[in-house]
Amino acid sequence: MKHQLKQAFSSSKFVLGFVLFSIMLLLAIFYPIFSPFDPMEMVGSIFYPPGTYVSVSDTVQATYNGFNIDPSEAHLKAALSPENREKMKNWLVRFGGVNEADIDIEDTVALVDLWDAHYSSDNPQEGLLSSEKKSYSRLDKSLAKAKTGIKTALYTENSDGEMEESLIISDRDYVRVNDVANTVTLPLGADNFGADMLTKLTNSIRVSLQIGLVAGLIATLIGLTIGLLAGFLGGLVDNILTFLTNIFTVIPSFVILILIANSVGQAGRGPFVVAMIIGVTAWPWTARSVRSQVISLRNRDHVNLSKLSGHSLPHIILNDILPYVASYVVMALILQVSSGILAEAQLSMLGLGPSTTTTTTLGMMMNWAQQYTAHLSGAWWAFIPVILSVAIISFSLNLMNTGLDQIFNPQLRED
Amino acid sequence: MAKELGKSVLKGENITKVFGYGKTRTEAVKQVNFDFHEGEVISIVGESGSGKTTIARMILGLIGITEGTLLFNGQPRDISNGRKKKEYWKNIQAVFQDPFSSFNIFNKIDDLLLDCINMTGGKHKSDKEKFDMMTEACSFVNLKYAELTNKYPFELSGGQMQRLMIARVFLLKPKILIADEPTSMVDACSRATILDMLLKLRDEINMTIIFITHDIGLAYYVSDSVYIMEHGKFVESGPAEDVIIHPQAAYTKRLISDVPKIYGEWDLSTV
Ligand SMILES: Nc1ncnc2c1ncn2[C@@H]1O[C@H](COP(=O)(O)OP(=O)(O)OP(=O)(O)O)[C@@H](O)[C@H]1O
Ligand SMILES: [Mg+2]
Repeated sequence: MKHQLKQAFSSSKFVLGFVLFSIMLLLAIFYPIFSPFDPMEMVGSIFYPPGTYVSVSDTVQATYNGFNIDPSEAHLKAALSPENREKMKNWLVRFGGVNEADIDIEDTVALVDLWDAHYSSDNPQEGLLSSEKKSYSRLDKSLAKAKTGIKTALYTENSDGEMEESLIISDRDYVRVNDVANTVTLPLGADNFGADMLTKLTNSIRVSLQIGLVAGLIATLIGLTIGLLAGFLGGLVDNILTFLTNIFTVIPSFVILILIANSVGQAGRGPFVVAMIIGVTAWPWTARSVRSQVISLRNRDHVNLSKLSGHSLPHIILNDILPYVASYVVMALILQVSSGILAEAQLSMLGLGPSTTTTTTLGMMMNWAQQYTAHLSGAWWAFIPVILSVAIISFSLNLMNTGLDQIFNPQLRED
Repeated sequence: MAKELGKSVLKGENITKVFGYGKTRTEAVKQVNFDFHEGEVISIVGESGSGKTTIARMILGLIGITEGTLLFNGQPRDISNGRKKKEYWKNIQAVFQDPFSSFNIFNKIDDLLLDCINMTGGKHKSDKEKFDMMTEACSFVNLKYAELTNKYPFELSGGQMQRLMIARVFLLKPKILIADEPTSMVDACSRATILDMLLKLRDEINMTIIFITHDIGLAYYVSDSVYIMEHGKFVESGPAEDVIIHPQAAYTKRLISDVPKIYGEWDLSTV
């Protein structure tokens, strides 16, 4: 065993996979411990992009070191679309008596000045439909708003128990982030619940790995037992078990997965139950391949010799068969863990994943990102890191499997 | 080599083995009869695929007999449950063709030998006694136990492995030994040593040896009686001298004539 471990680490593919996997594992174990936030805690606003988050209520308490920037030009520029500028120009030429040559629609300030000087809703505007008149009046109002901004008055209760205006904040006001008492750094932004993505992601990786491991262990254990018995005992037992395996193989396991997940019901589906559901549907291919390996071992002379030495059936299976398939079973387990993680992600995407309010999984994060249309609001940080994590984990596990395969099946090794 | 035959230990009557059914049905062994005696060396000679190993496995009780009766010490053999099988295997043992697949590579050599001591009721023996027994068995086959202890089978050569297999038989001291081409995978020098050791063991514990080979010359060299096998049938049998010096069946003649042909190829004048 020690020898085989040493061999495993001589494969560069295995080492790369192992390192990648270890990084994910360490991140998943330690980041949530050292993170200042709870994975489910709301610390930022919905889909806040990666960076420093400053909450409005904290800002209000900060001192205003008055930035003397007149932002109105920028606001006007933003408020005026090219069509509106064209509309303003048309009006000024038709009803304001302005010379067309004097109007430069690119010069926002000049255009707005001209507009202010000439526009009046009382103008008869002959030839315009009433709806067009109204649209001009609306444009005028939105311009006025863009010039002044929105002001918010803050009232606090004074010592006499009366509400008193304490602060007026315009949406043009600025504070220095350094002056705000509580700022929160969100390296990967916030998700749809305003929780810190990185804390939540690493926590989800941990739970997903646990689900994958449990599912993989269950699938491997069932597959191994059935494969060993079917392959070694042969005859009727083999026929029955192979029939069972075939049934599970021909019915797409994902359909069974969905059916079981559905019938267990929302309330009963904790992460562990989901792992079990995945495990009990994933074993057939392990069973099949273990069976064929065992059949080729069954007639080996060392098994015959063990029988002649008077060893019992369990002894032979455990001592003369199992060690020979062990390396293969380890490789199968690695793949089962990987597909367990993917299966959880798929199930959760369909809304059949773990139902829990206390923990999260990678699949659930993707499901939420999709439900809250993160892709439409451009909140890439809500799903790209999740997808990447799933990909890296499954890639690293597959890499380890390939590395082991090259060691245990040397004919695949190319050098 | 002719000598008084002991009492019958194994007697087969119309033994048949069929593998598979329908299209894949093969009759590997067809209605064979044989009678093996105490202390006798019997050779079963035949080409590849003639059913030699199949007979051996049936006699060993590793596979079932499709049809026919096998008498062990004059009684129909009964291995219907695990305990009876274990009892039977105290009397009959085997050395297989391929030493490299005869060992469980995950077990140390000591485990293999200890199993034999335990099987023959030596479980309660002291470590010292067990050690002495293993040392004796190894020295019987010219191996040093001290050099083998704590080693794994794959650290030995093919010849050493086969000798260790004989050491195992030495410890078990069965009534019958089936040696299924034990020398086909080792070099000529080891071959002679292994054959000598088997014969020495036969002399020591008056064991019956069933020697399976495709080499009729070898059969003549080691055995008292010979069974010639072709396509699952015994075409000729009898004392080694009779069968090989005065062959009756055409197949036996062909087998014998194949032997000098090998040397004939060097004689250019016959080409
Ligand atoms: N488990 C099995 N299932 C089906 N057919 C088998 C099985 N074992 C042996 N046979 C068939 O029985 C026939 C005899 O095989 P057997 O192994 O007894 O030959 P053999 O004389 O020992 O040959 P060799 O000299 O190559 O060892 C062969 O045709 C083989 O294909
Ligand atoms: Mg054979």
